[in-house]
Amino acid sequence: MSIDVRHLKKSFKGKTVLDDISFKVEDGEILAVVGLSGAGKSTILKLICGLTKPDSGEIIVSPGDIAMVFQYSALFDSLDVYENIAFALKERKEFKNKYTETQLKEIVAQKLKLVGLEGIEDKMPHELSGGMQKRVSFARAVVTDPKTILYDEPTAGLDPVSSTMIEDYIVRLKDEFNPASVIVTHQLSTIQRCATKVIMLYNTKIVYSGTPQDMINGGNEYTKQFIEASIQGPMKVAGSD
Amino acid sequence: MIQTRVIEIFKQSATYALGKMLINQTQDFFETLGEMGIRTWQVFYLTLKALVQRQMKWKLIIEQCSRFAVDSLPITLTIVGMVSVIISMQVAPEMVKQGGEKFVGALMAVVTTRELGVIMSGFAIISMIGSSYASEIATMRVTEQIDALKVLKVNPIEYLFIPRVVAGFVMMPVVVIIASAFGLVCSGVAAYLSAHISRLNYVSSLWQGLFLKDIFVSLGKAACFGAAIAIISSTCGYLAYGGAKGVGLSTTKAVVWSFVAICIIDYIFASIFFF
Repeated sequence: MSIDVRHLKKSFKGKTVLDDISFKVEDGEILAVVGLSGAGKSTILKLICGLTKPDSGEIIVSPGDIAMVFQYSALFDSLDVYENIAFALKERKEFKNKYTETQLKEIVAQKLKLVGLEGIEDKMPHELSGGMQKRVSFARAVVTDPKTILYDEPTAGLDPVSSTMIEDYIVRLKDEFNPASVIVTHQLSTIQRCATKVIMLYNTKIVYSGTPQDMINGGNEYTKQFIEASIQGPMKVAGSD
Repeated sequence: MIQTRVIEIFKQSATYALGKMLINQTQDFFETLGEMGIRTWQVFYLTLKALVQRQMKWKLIIEQCSRFAVDSLPITLTIVGMVSVIISMQVAPEMVKQGGEKFVGALMAVVTTRELGVIMSGFAIISMIGSSYASEIATMRVTEQIDALKVLKVNPIEYLFIPRVVAGFVMMPVVVIIASAFGLVCSGVAAYLSAHISRLNYVSSLWQGLFLKDIFVSLGKAACFGAAIAIISSTCGYLAYGGAKGVGLSTTKAVVWSFVAICIIDYIFASIFFF
C-alpha cells in the first residue's frame, strides 16, 4: 500500500473543504482526482505531501520520497535547469557529498533525456516554454526516485499537443518508477490516457469512485454532468443559479 | 426587525469601516510581530546548529554577502555622501562665524560615526536590499517555489533566511565603515568649498572627534541593523499571499517595518551607550 487516506477532514477559516475523504492508491496505480474548481482537489495533494495538516483523519504513505509536479511548474527562477534538477541532491542533508559533480551531471542528463529535453542544462526557466518548464519540473520531481508522485493539474494551460506529451510522460514515469500517483485534473484525455482509477469531489465529499472506463461509460449523475460540461445537474457552480 | 436594520445601517457607516480597519490592522500587526519572533528564534537556533554541525551553506552566504555589500554600495555612498555634504555646508560657515573652525572635523566625526553613517546606510540598505529580499521571497511564495522547497525536503529557513541574515550581520558593518569614511571625506570637501576650512585643519580636528567607543558601538549597531533588515524583509516576503498585490503589500510592509525597527534599535543603543 503506498497511499492510504482515511476519514480525512480539512477546513479553512471555519469552512469545511474536505469531509470524511477516504481512498487508497497502490504502487503503480494512478488515481485521478476530479471535481469543480474549489472542490478541494489541490488540498488533497498538499495534505498527502505534508504541506498542510489535516483537522482529523489519517494519511499513511509508504516510506520513500514524495514528489510533486506543481500546476505552474514552480521551478526556482534564480537557478538554471541543471541546478533546479540537481537541487535536492545538492541541498538535502542525506544526499550531501554523496555524488560528485560529474555524477550529478550524469544524473541530470539522464532525467532530462527521460522527458526528451537533452542539452538544456544551461537554460534559465524563463527561457523555456510552459510545456518545457513542466517537463523540467517532471525531471526535478523524479531525481530522487520517488515512491509517490503527485501532479497538480499537469496539463493546465498547455496546448493539446503538449498536453498529450505530458500525459505520455506521466505514463512513462509510472512504467519507469512504479510509483503510486495522484493526478488532479480537469482534462478528460488525462483521465482516459493516464488514470487507473478516478474519484470525484463535490461539496466536501467523494461523489464518485471507480475506473475511468466506468466513469465515461455511465458513472453517475455527477460524472455525467462533468463529462458533458453541463450547467444542468446536481453540481451547482457559484453564480450558475 | 428594527435592530437588524440599525445594524445594517451601522455596517455601512464610516465608523464601522474605520473600526474594522483598526481591528484588522492591529490583528495583522500582532500576527506579523509573532511571526518575526518565531523566525528570529528559528534563524538563531538553526544558525548555531549549522555552525556546530559544520553544515553552513557557505556558497549561498558568500553570494548573499556579495549581493548585500556590492549591490547596495553605490546608493549607500550616494546617500551618506550627500547628507554629509548638506550638513557640512550648513554647519561649517556657522562655526567659522563663531570662531570654531577648528572643531568642524571633530563635529562631523562624532555625527558620522555615532549616527549619520549607520542610520543613513540602514535606510539605503532597506530600500535597496530589504525590498528586494521581500519581493523575491514573496514571489517565491505566490509561485509555489517555497512549497516546492518543502516538498524537496529543504528547509526554507535554512535555505532562504540564514544566508541573508548572516550576510546582513557580517556585511552591514563593512558597508557602514566604507560609507562613513566616504561621508567624512565628502564633508571635508564641502567644508573647504563652503567655509575655506583647510585640509590640515579639518583632518587634525577629525581625529579629536573619533572615539574608539563610538566606532565599536556603531559597528555593533550596524550588525544588528543588517540582521534585523534581513529577518524582517525575509519574513514579510515569506508571509505573502495572493498574487502581484500580495507581493507589493509584503514589500511595503518590509520597508515600513524595517524603518521602524532600525529606529527602535538605534534608540536602544543610544540609551545604553550614550546616556
